[in-house]
Amino acid sequence: MTNGRTTVLGAVRRSLGRSDADSDAAMAAAKARIAAHPRGLLPERSRCDPIAQLDLFQAQVEAVDATVVRLSALAEVPQAVADYLKSHNLPGDLRMAPAAELQALPWTTAAPMLTVTTGKAEPQDVSSLTAAFAGIAETGTLMLHSGPEGPTTLNFLPENHIVVLKSSQVVGAYEEAWERLREARADEGLPRTVNLVTGPSRTGDIEQTIQLGAHGPKRLHILLIEDAG
Amino acid sequence: MQATSRSFKDNAHQALNDEQLRRALDNMKEGFIAKRAKAAAKLPEFDALRDQARDIKDHTLENLDAYLELYAEKVESVGGTVHWCPTADDARKAVVDICQAVGAKTVTKGKSMIAEELALNEHLEANGLIPIETDLGEYIIQLRNEPPSHIIAPAIHLNKEQVASDFRAAHVDLPADRQLEEPQQLVGEARAVLRQKYLDADVGITGANFLIAETGTSIIVTNEGNGDLTQSLPKVHIVVASIEKIVPSLEDASAILRVLARSATGQEFSTYTTFSTGPKRSDDPDGPEQYHVILLDNGRSRMLGSEFQDMLRCIRCGACMNHCPVYHSVGGHAYGWVYPGPMGAVLTPSLIGVDEAGHLPNASTFCGRCEAVCPMRIPLPKMMRHWREQEFQKHLSPTAVRLGLGAWTFVARRPSLYHFTTGLKARVLSMIAGKRGRLAKVPLASGWTSHRDLPAPEGRTFMDLWAKQRRTAQRPGQETV
Repeated sequence: MTNGRTTVLGAVRRSLGRSDADSDAAMAAAKARIAAHPRGLLPERSRCDPIAQLDLFQAQVEAVDATVVRLSALAEVPQAVADYLKSHNLPGDLRMAPAAELQALPWTTAAPMLTVTTGKAEPQDVSSLTAAFAGIAETGTLMLHSGPEGPTTLNFLPENHIVVLKSSQVVGAYEEAWERLREARADEGLPRTVNLVTGPSRTGDIEQTIQLGAHGPKRLHILLIEDAG
Repeated sequence: MQATSRSFKDNAHQALNDEQLRRALDNMKEGFIAKRAKAAAKLPEFDALRDQARDIKDHTLENLDAYLELYAEKVESVGGTVHWCPTADDARKAVVDICQAVGAKTVTKGKSMIAEELALNEHLEANGLIPIETDLGEYIIQLRNEPPSHIIAPAIHLNKEQVASDFRAAHVDLPADRQLEEPQQLVGEARAVLRQKYLDADVGITGANFLIAETGTSIIVTNEGNGDLTQSLPKVHIVVASIEKIVPSLEDASAILRVLARSATGQEFSTYTTFSTGPKRSDDPDGPEQYHVILLDNGRSRMLGSEFQDMLRCIRCGACMNHCPVYHSVGGHAYGWVYPGPMGAVLTPSLIGVDEAGHLPNASTFCGRCEAVCPMRIPLPKMMRHWREQEFQKHLSPTAVRLGLGAWTFVARRPSLYHFTTGLKARVLSMIAGKRGRLAKVPLASGWTSHRDLPAPEGRTFMDLWAKQRRTAQRPGQETV
């Protein structure tokens, strides 16, 4: 492939009218911008206090046909999951992300009617539970990422996707979520997959009418844990 | 695909007489335009964000060689492979080689305009592979063996009855008496049929909305989630992307994403924006074992440094065609190749030649709505004018046009002759039209008058009226009207 690379880069440089010195200057400019990765203009709506931010997040999530319930502690999650599945007449089988925080919850005592298994999604799984990395208020967007505790398929294969998000994880703008991810990952770089999810799957491909549940989940339900005081 | 842009006039004529297409396109005027306007109004910073998006892309294009190198290094450092492809042939060969190396049989595909540009499905089939489109619109047109008619809504030219009949013809294993009247039933059937295909596929191919140099990441933006199933379930993920998709950083990608969905569908953000970096990691429970990027030039490097460089800012949102009166009238297929509407009228001649696609930049009223809504502020009408000039210089325009323009140039360079002939023409046309004020037939203007009357001039030219007003104004005490 060295050939293809030389041809493409050569053609780009010719069109840009580059000398060798110009190429070096371009490389320096590109490296400087990447190192600084400056933020641009952030929408005013994302600049608000944490309480208003949570309200904005919830309003935006609901505007895209997803649902939110607020809980005061993580320990309430099993009951909330059971309630949700029951309210939609869904079976009590739950495929859960192998996240330590979720596995440590009192499933057998708080929600004995549920059958909870962990791992990546299998075709027969109807409902999944995953943990978000961040919530982004400006558009009601969840940031989820892959890793040993987060199989990506859980976000897409099951028809019902339930997500645990803590209020301390909610930020105003996308850029703030990226900054947190950079800090959390230190030198590891990005995970294989980062999903920004805004509402359940939909399509407008039939006569421009919006239908939910095209290929991904038909329902997206967020359990928002108010842990920030 | 074989371009039919040369027969744009015939294509357009047929489209104008297609009642079903008329109804489908009418639908879109209400939909996309109103939704975009609403989304733009809800974000006070929208226009400032458009300026910023333009500046980010301009900076990237000015330093594209550096960003491409940095991007490729990064992809390779996380275990991915970059295939640099100067031409469409190189890209097609690279994709087939990857598929054959893993003994693939079926290949699922997310929606990709680059794959359309490569006519990848035909090529995969010719090499014994079975490509399956998974975006609902793309799946429908694949069943019909048609190209997309819109870059974000490929089946926008169809109604639900046509889709139902395609599904009945294709899904013969399902009960013949099933209900398929409602969109929800059609979506449900496609969901069930495609679900098994995702699981069976050996390779998943997606496009990319952006490539990030900082992290070696490819981004796909979808609403259905089909692209995500396509790229997470098979063993191999192939990204097909062209070189101008690069942006420097995660921040830059986020900044441009803020204007993408709002301009495209009028959503504040698309449902799924997915960032993929390399193959699955050793401790990941799922994800592809191989990650390949087909990095395609196919004529784009030629546009750099030319009067068409600005076109490389395009993020394929479709706003220009959603707002184009010509697209509204003829639909996407009339344009005869992959990219329709105003962006197609500029891009298609760049990629397949102005001799092949010279009609497209002429299919514009220069009303300017495309430029007014373009999130990347691409001066589309100006670039269509550049193509018209090139067409003229290359002697590609019809003889009648050349003679007419030649005569006009001769007269226009001689002001007194110009004023005399325009004055004469205005008076003669006004006289012939009489009280009706309209002309049913004018020599050399049958292109106009065979469809509608030509409104006749009122008799005096602007220059006449101007001179008269100046004379009146110089006499004090008289009204100046």
